[in-house]
Amino acid sequence: MEMDMSLGCNSSGVPLLSCRNLRVSFGVTEALRGVDVDIYPGEVLAVMGPSGSGKSTLLHALAGVVKLDTGTVTYNGSDVTALSEAERSALRLSAFGFVFQFGQLLPDLSAVDNVSLPLLLAGIPRRRALQQAKSWLDRLGLAGFGDKLPGEMSGGQAQRVAIARALVNAPKILFADEPTGSLDSLAAENVMLTLTDLARATGTTVVIITHDPRTAAHADREIIVRDGLVTSGSVAFSQASDVPQ
Amino acid sequence: MYTLRVYALCIVAFMDNTQTLLGILGTGPSYGYDVKRSYDRYFGSKKPMAFGQVYATLARLLRDGLIAMLGEETGSGPDRKRYEITEVGRKRVSEWMFTPDVPEAQLQSNLFAKTVIALLLEDDAEGLLDIQRGEHMARLRELTSAKRGANVMEVLMCDHAMFHIEADLRWIDLTAARLTELRAQVTGA
Repeated sequence: MEMDMSLGCNSSGVPLLSCRNLRVSFGVTEALRGVDVDIYPGEVLAVMGPSGSGKSTLLHALAGVVKLDTGTVTYNGSDVTALSEAERSALRLSAFGFVFQFGQLLPDLSAVDNVSLPLLLAGIPRRRALQQAKSWLDRLGLAGFGDKLPGEMSGGQAQRVAIARALVNAPKILFADEPTGSLDSLAAENVMLTLTDLARATGTTVVIITHDPRTAAHADREIIVRDGLVTSGSVAFSQASDVPQ
Repeated sequence: MYTLRVYALCIVAFMDNTQTLLGILGTGPSYGYDVKRSYDRYFGSKKPMAFGQVYATLARLLRDGLIAMLGEETGSGPDRKRYEITEVGRKRVSEWMFTPDVPEAQLQSNLFAKTVIALLLEDDAEGLLDIQRGEHMARLRELTSAKRGANVMEVLMCDHAMFHIEADLRWIDLTAARLTELRAQVTGA
C-alpha cells in the first residue's frame, strides 16, 4: 500500500509549518529517521504513536527546540533551521505556545501571574499583562481562580491555566505534549473541548502529541509516528478554506 | 503471552469465512481437506469448520469464478479435487483485506482473520491495520463532534460507543506491535 508520507491534507493550501527529511539522534539512538509533515493554518493535528516512537521529539524538532542531524523545518515560508539560536528563541516566544502533560506552572506564582509571564517576557507593561491574563482565565472558566497557587487547584484547572498561559500571547501554533495525560476522562474531555474551542475561535493551529485516541479525536486529523517514522495518518481536512485565518 | 489459539478461542465467531477460505487458497493450490486443515489451524482450534461448510463454500467460490479446479483425480477417498485461486479471487481477497470494516462490537474477529491472511500471503498486514485505525479514528471524531451541544443522555450514548471503539483501537495497536511475533507463529518461521 503506497501513501504520501508527507501526509499533506489540502493540496491547494499552503502549510504554515513543514518539515522535510527530519533526522534527530540522541547518542546512537535515532529518534527520528526522516520525517516529512505538513501542518496547515488553523488545523488541529494529533500526533499519535506508542511510547518511545519519537512523537515528542518530532514536536521538539518542529518547535526548534532540539538540534537536527539533517532536514529542514519551514515556518510561514521561512527556513527555521537557518536561524540563530537567539532568533529561534524569539520565534518561539512570539509565534509558538506550549502546553505540557503536567502543566509546568511555576508553583510559587499565582494563576494570573503564571498566565501573564509570556506577556511580561514580551515587554508588555505589567498592568496590561495582568488584565489580559485575567481575561484569559475568565475565558477558560477560571474566573475567581486568579490568586490561587497551582497547588491549590485540581489537575484539570491547572491544565486550563497552562492553556491560558500558552494562548495569552496569541501564538500562531500551539504545541501540546500529552495535555491530558495526567487527567481523568471527564477532566481530559473538558480540557480538550476548551483547548480546541479556543484554538478554532482564534484560528490558532494546534499540534497535539497524544497516545490517547479520545484526545486525538478532538483533532481534525491524526498522523502516526512509529520507530521514528511517520507511518500513516488521515489525509482529510478538506475544510481548510473554512478555517479562520 | 497471547498465542494464536487464545486469539482464536476469543474471536472466530464473527469472521467472514468465505473470504478467509479464499485467502487460504491464495497461499497456493490445495485440496479441500487441506484448506479445512489450514483453517482449523489458524482459526478453528475451538470450533473446527465442518467438512460440509468447507465444500459448500468452495462450491460457491468455484461458481463465482474466484477459484478454479485443477483437475479431478480418480481413486480412493472422496477428496480428490484440487483448487487454486483465480486472479479475480486474488483481487477479491485484496479488496477484503484493505477495505476497513465499519467500527462495531466484535469487529476484531474479521480484522484478525484479515491480519492472519495478509501474513500468510506476505502482504501488508501493518498497512491494513493502519487503514482500520484510520476508520476507527474517523468514527471517534464523528462521535466527539456529535457530543458537542448534545444532552447528557445523548452524550452518554456516544461515550458508550466511544469506549468500545477505543477498546478496538487498543487491540489494533497491540496487534501491530506484535506483528513480528504473530508472523513468526503463523508462517512457522
